[in-house]
Amino acid sequence: MNGDAALLLLADSRLPAGGHAHSGGVEEAVRRGTVTGAGDLARFLRGRLATAGLVTAALAAAACELAAVDSGGSAGRELRAACDPGPPPADDAADGVPLWRRLDAEADARTASPAQRGAARTQGRLLLRTARRMWPSAALDALARAVPEGPHHPVALGAAAASAGCAPRQAALAAAYTSVTGPATAAVRLLGLDPVTVHRLLADLAPALEDTAHVACASLDDAVPADDEPDGCGAGHHQGRQPGRHPERQAAWQAARWHALPGHSAPALDLLAEGHLTNPMKLFVS
Amino acid sequence: MGAHHDDLHDAAEPHGRALRLGIGGPVGSGKTALVAALCRSLGPSLRLGVVTNDIYTTEDADFLRRAGVVDPERILAVQTGCCPHTAIRDDIAANLDAVETLEERFGPLDLVIVESGGDNLTATFSRGLADRQIFVLDVSGGDKVPRKGGPGVTSADLLVVNKTDLAPMVGADLTVMSRDAAAVRDGKPVLFTSIREDRGAHSVAEWVTHMVDAWRREHGEPHHHAVQSAVQSAARQAPAS
Amino acid sequence: MTAVTARALIRTEAAGGGRTRLETLRSDPPLTLRQTGPRRVHLVSTGAGPLRGDHLELGVDVAPGTSLEVRSVGATLVLPGLADTPSVMVVRARVGAGATLHFSPEPTVLAAGCVHRLVVRLSLAEDATVFWREEIVFGRHGERPGRGRARFDATVAGRPLLRQDLLVGEEAVDGSPAVYGDARCVGSTLIAGPAWAPPAVPDVKRERRAALGDGWAALPLAGPGVQVCALGADAVQLRERLRRGEEAAATSPPTTPPATSAPDG
Repeated sequence: MNGDAALLLLADSRLPAGGHAHSGGVEEAVRRGTVTGAGDLARFLRGRLATAGLVTAALAAAACELAAVDSGGSAGRELRAACDPGPPPADDAADGVPLWRRLDAEADARTASPAQRGAARTQGRLLLRTARRMWPSAALDALARAVPEGPHHPVALGAAAASAGCAPRQAALAAAYTSVTGPATAAVRLLGLDPVTVHRLLADLAPALEDTAHVACASLDDAVPADDEPDGCGAGHHQGRQPGRHPERQAAWQAARWHALPGHSAPALDLLAEGHLTNPMKLFVS
Repeated sequence: MGAHHDDLHDAAEPHGRALRLGIGGPVGSGKTALVAALCRSLGPSLRLGVVTNDIYTTEDADFLRRAGVVDPERILAVQTGCCPHTAIRDDIAANLDAVETLEERFGPLDLVIVESGGDNLTATFSRGLADRQIFVLDVSGGDKVPRKGGPGVTSADLLVVNKTDLAPMVGADLTVMSRDAAAVRDGKPVLFTSIREDRGAHSVAEWVTHMVDAWRREHGEPHHHAVQSAVQSAARQAPAS
Repeated sequence: MTAVTARALIRTEAAGGGRTRLETLRSDPPLTLRQTGPRRVHLVSTGAGPLRGDHLELGVDVAPGTSLEVRSVGATLVLPGLADTPSVMVVRARVGAGATLHFSPEPTVLAAGCVHRLVVRLSLAEDATVFWREEIVFGRHGERPGRGRARFDATVAGRPLLRQDLLVGEEAVDGSPAVYGDARCVGSTLIAGPAWAPPAVPDVKRERRAALGDGWAALPLAGPGVQVCALGADAVQLRERLRRGEEAAATSPPTTPPATSAPDG
């Protein structure tokens, strides 16, 4: 199994996880007149992918990797079993709860706009709800315990991807994909654009989607633990070198690299997200 | 994959939680008026929550809040991104989240009403969201609507034909509507009402009360920790404002 | 012309009676520092640039309980050069317990053909207060911008507060209505400290609302801070918008009134 089929399910706009009600800033851009047709939309989508899309892809990859090593995926369990034949630990720390909180905090730090954080948490909460019934796993349970108000969407997406059998690169690709397909669909509905024209734009973005997933994973693979940030999750003494195969250590080592993940910001998206909240006639959640 | 809890049931575990009642129907048929009427009639005896699915976000929720028929905090609005039927049938995640937020915040509740956004005759609620559903028509749409059927008319647990006071003015024949509805509904009940004249929609309220009683007999008294959400929904959805 | 490497350092110490003394003021041309007030230092550019290949580092260490203001005399004009490598400017700042740092240099102008990296590592103690403004202008008047990437990392007691990259001069982001629209400059101000901590309501996570104006927003962060972000057609409009946002952020902290005063400046 290589996770391809699971990836299709996860990225499908029909996945019942509330994504259809989010326009990713397009509704407000339409209201402000900065997106009026296919040309504007193409530039909007490309810019969104290069910023928010890359950030969510990297966070999703990190979450997928954490879920796999931490406790959720089969690889993680095998790893754990190989190191520690005893019964699985039940306490929060051993289940990776602090690590999930830390990764979610890294997502917070990359999302300055409170409106965007709210939308990301709403989508994350709904995705987690759906994923826990589709692909039940200890990692998803731990994530729900760690962030009961709902994790950021890419964090939930990465954890769901791992539970479905996807690799970090596939999680990143799903995140990049949904970062542009939702807004594209919203534009079709709001502007009455020809849906084939809009799907042509998405087809043109396909190479950029692959690149984004690649860069997102490279940012994770190339990162080294921070040397000047005391770490809240106890990873401080694993600085520099890759630890052995001990899962807790490995997870902590992973966490110490998250500081370097991309944080590409898009000021216009921030302004649009906040402006959207002031629209009394809005159709979309975000 | 480690299956920790293989819950393949349709909706959330029904034991010990509120009945979830979906109210759907075409635009302008009086869904929001019916919700307000039910809140008026049932509010004194039942613990209620209301979820609205407006086209424009909070219009219906605002109407209900202004009507003062239920504690404004107990009304949550769900945005549907131009597709009200998607939110009640194909992707019910946001609605479930809202229902469970109400149960978390104000539970135990006896009845949670989910009002769909105005849509077409094919829109019905997923069983994963609503335990029972009411479809609301009005006579001004013409007396042929029941005959034309559609999933809403044929499958709803209760069909309500509203605005009977307008029947003479629009030339709608209520007996035709009644006969046609009976023919396509396989014996399921139909009620005629005019919420303008009967502000408590008492016949509908009575039917709902029966449903709530039967639900309680079958699944036990609602209690607060009954929320069997897929996420332990400490859902922090802010009330729509 | 050969590439330049420079390391300058500003370090304060507590001088008793709640006063601040400049313990170290080490210039390293072209990074030249001048003390212009009891707790104020101006960065004085000597020589043009930075140019491609240059590597400049400024260290700022604000000792516990002290306060420092860093400004610059003029805008930084980043120019192209012969080297293949980008020009790099790194600012590492530590703000100790109870200390205050106000950092507001003039804008960085990315001239056509430049390739520039700006890296800011801002490390705050739990109850440190900071005002940190950053402005980037996309090229001189009427010219296309060079390429730039600005990375900003702020942590509070090791916890991430704000991590952002701004990309300028890349095809994907230029002219995108999702990123800068038709703006010609971008700016942000981080105002952080205990006074801007989110309310500690234990079980309800409700985001604070942003203040919003024409082309600017004051965004309450998940941690103890507010980021003002603004877009502008030119540097003057950008500064004006940032100022409005800063005012909104500083005069009405999104939580209970601050226990400590806003950063002086």
